[in-house]
Amino acid sequence: MSNNARSAILERLRKAPKKPIPDLPPWSPYVTTTESAFDRFRRMITAVKGEVIETSRANLAATIRQVLADKQASNLLYAPNTDIGKTLDKAWAAEPGPRLVPYDKPIEDLKSVIVNDIDAGITSTMGAIADTGSLIVWPSVDEPRLMSLVPPIHIAVLEVSKMFDSFPEAVAKLGWNKKPPGNTLLISGPSKTADIEGILCFGVHGPKQLVVLAITD
Amino acid sequence: MSKSPLPGRPETVYYFPTCLVDLFYPEAGMAGIELLQRAGTNVVMPDRQSCCGQPARNCGYYEEARAVARTQLAAFPKDWPIVVPSGSCAGMMKKHYPELFAGQPELPKIQAFCDRVFELTWFLVHVMDIKLVDKGEPVKVTWHGSCHSMREMGVIEEPKDLLRSLANVTLVEAEYEKECCGFGGTFSVRLPEVSGAMVTDKVSNIVATGATEVVSGDMGCMMNISGAMKKAKAPVKGRHIAEFLLERIGKGDA
Amino acid sequence: MAQISHDFEHAAIKALGNKQLRTNFRRVMTGLINKRAALFPDPDELQALRARGAAIKDRALAKLPDLLVQLEQNLIANGFHVHWAESVDEGNKIILDILRKANARTIIKGKSMVSEEMHFNHFLEENGVQALESDLGEYIIQLAGEGPSHIVMPAIHKNKDEIGRLFQEKIAGQPYTEDPDELTDAARRVLRQLFANADCGFSGVNFAAADTGSLVLMSNEGNGRMSTHLPSMHIALMGVEKVIERLEDVAPLISLACRSATGQAITTYVNIISGPRRGNEKDGPKEVHLVLLDNGRTKIYNDPELRQGLRCIRCAACMNHCPVYTRIGGHAYQYTYPGPIGEILNPQMQGIEKAGDVLHASSLCGRCSEVCPVKIPLAELIVRLRREAIRPAGTAVKGGGSRNSSVENVVWFGWKTMYASPLLYRWGTWWLRKIGNLLPSGIPLLKQWTSVRSKPQFASRSIYDLARERGIRDE
Repeated sequence: MSNNARSAILERLRKAPKKPIPDLPPWSPYVTTTESAFDRFRRMITAVKGEVIETSRANLAATIRQVLADKQASNLLYAPNTDIGKTLDKAWAAEPGPRLVPYDKPIEDLKSVIVNDIDAGITSTMGAIADTGSLIVWPSVDEPRLMSLVPPIHIAVLEVSKMFDSFPEAVAKLGWNKKPPGNTLLISGPSKTADIEGILCFGVHGPKQLVVLAITD
Repeated sequence: MSKSPLPGRPETVYYFPTCLVDLFYPEAGMAGIELLQRAGTNVVMPDRQSCCGQPARNCGYYEEARAVARTQLAAFPKDWPIVVPSGSCAGMMKKHYPELFAGQPELPKIQAFCDRVFELTWFLVHVMDIKLVDKGEPVKVTWHGSCHSMREMGVIEEPKDLLRSLANVTLVEAEYEKECCGFGGTFSVRLPEVSGAMVTDKVSNIVATGATEVVSGDMGCMMNISGAMKKAKAPVKGRHIAEFLLERIGKGDA
Repeated sequence: MAQISHDFEHAAIKALGNKQLRTNFRRVMTGLINKRAALFPDPDELQALRARGAAIKDRALAKLPDLLVQLEQNLIANGFHVHWAESVDEGNKIILDILRKANARTIIKGKSMVSEEMHFNHFLEENGVQALESDLGEYIIQLAGEGPSHIVMPAIHKNKDEIGRLFQEKIAGQPYTEDPDELTDAARRVLRQLFANADCGFSGVNFAAADTGSLVLMSNEGNGRMSTHLPSMHIALMGVEKVIERLEDVAPLISLACRSATGQAITTYVNIISGPRRGNEKDGPKEVHLVLLDNGRTKIYNDPELRQGLRCIRCAACMNHCPVYTRIGGHAYQYTYPGPIGEILNPQMQGIEKAGDVLHASSLCGRCSEVCPVKIPLAELIVRLRREAIRPAGTAVKGGGSRNSSVENVVWFGWKTMYASPLLYRWGTWWLRKIGNLLPSGIPLLKQWTSVRSKPQFASRSIYDLARERGIRDE
């Protein structure tokens, strides 16, 4: 049945009158401004309630510790095999902090913990887009898809050297259109809704808070 | 559109008063003629014209609309500009005649006709470069721009600029100024409840400005708005911008 | 002959009488109009972006059959299962089969207008599968047993007190509150568990990129991500017109859609799905299915003029700006799509005899065409369909000609006869001036007109007579 539908649909489309294929008229996504790409990103994402904290590689663990304390998070979902994960393990070994929960098993074995018990999750990013104030997040084997979604607080680590002006630029430079991972994301602020009377409320399904740790060195 | 396509002021223009003005508001139409004359052009108004054909076209009766459009085509044989005191009727002739005659042999002739059609206030500002000297008492007015005038003819600021150029006239903007008044020709009788709700809101917004007059460039909208104001006993007078402007500069004064 | 429906007119009149509803819509639509305007401060940039967006969709439509094949190949290479459905019934059956094979009893849904076209939830319930909506607005109306009244903000007809009472009644242990944050938290608590326990996730698709074999979903709430990545299976549903050539083309389309819809630069999440869980990945669905639905789209495609309607990216700007929609809300439109885009799509999908009365829900003010981010000439297409309703061009539209009325034909014949002849026009208007003001307000047309307006007064003299008197030449 499905095959019949396929050929019937394609046949009808092929028999339909042809129209010329238009060229794409020029459109520049760039906003002419003297602001740096990172400053634009920060302005855009803070406008939608994302928090941006500047830090350095050396101070990353301390900054994370501070964020967790400020937000009163009692635990952190993390990816032990990543650079961030190793930094955390090292720092926590020297001085313990809120409980680190590794995302090291399939979701089927961790579902209840991840859905119900986690306060915060931390992920890396592939960079960020200035035009729209978006983090680029590519989940992977080490850093699974749900880490940036299910915990009420998402901490995202951004290297300020990886700024892109626009999405098309990021597509080209990251080879996004070559063989992209199963899930790739643009994240522009915490989860929000305006479904009740158009009034803005945060954290309806995804994180209520988004903290960007911007590494400037 | 903001630049005149014509080289200087024409010596003579045609005038298409519209059927609605002919039947209900001939003085509004005459005011438009006098403004054109005082701006420095001769006005010719052929007798053999009637209606732009919009009502039939909007209802999907293309054959009927075409038949009536052909009559207008025949009524304006010379290559003078055709000035229309209605953005809606002008929009019909300029924007929809080509679509009405798509695939018909007359199309090139139609296109040449369309190019000659102008809305009155736009023509006064951009082609005639009219200068107004206000002789009236201080007054507060508000403006209603017709949908087709704004969206088909691109006439948005011209009439308001004319009003602002009058020394004793204060122009105040009504809330939802650019929203449809609910006329829409046959829409007002096909979906009268919705149309009624729209014009009732329009009237409240106009009254809320505190203006004593509302002016418009389209008597279709004005028939709707002033009819509703009259029924609601609203303390606001409605009329065509041409009549208002003429009164301000002194009707009959040269 | 098929039954000619006038359901829209009745529903519109009823909706007008609901003061609360009108207040809700007016307030929210005005807010959306202002937010959109604030995000398009530069008219030149807006026009350049619209031209780009329209061309991206036009290019994709011009190559539609080839792009669908390319999309299918790349999706399959990425590990998707691809299904094709000609009709609503076929689409429903395909999805039910997938669910039965997986022994799935509950699905959690992200927002999908195409699933509304299919009356999908109802169909699944009848077949023993529970379909749960997770978008907050959709969740609210599902609890209330209603359909969406807006394509982006489905529960916008309800105010917070109504939602507070609904939650109190339907959610165990939930006290009454009209605080939107508390209501949102309540929904979060309930829906989290539903996401965790659902056998299957379900979503619509905003754009499908043929070059990478990717589905692109926009979401502010994150429910779109939850539905597509937490359950072990994901089924996506899209109309065949949603495919575009290249992944990078989504940038201008997202910019247009978000700024037009809600006045945002971008939605919180742009979720690009290019495959199921692979290798040692720890999460993501193990199976992803895409169902491509026709349901009348190839028929729309067959007409070059009407095909323009398939550029639609479902941003809802046309309804937000529509003076008719604002006053009656979405439910009056009867079928899936309200507002101007619904006036185009519903009569074509349902047939003009069933859904054609909605074609008169427009004063042709043109605001929809003006704001449409992909330049669909909505007002022109409405007029085109009015023509189809009375004098069809072949069989372009289902139910074409079904609203041809001999009374109207006579009226327009009379109109044409009078206005096409200068002589008859002068004679006819002379009579109207003589007797027009004597007509009683109760006769048809005048009766409707005078419900809120005074009777217009015919002038005693023609402008042509006045002009001759004042020396204006006839030439």
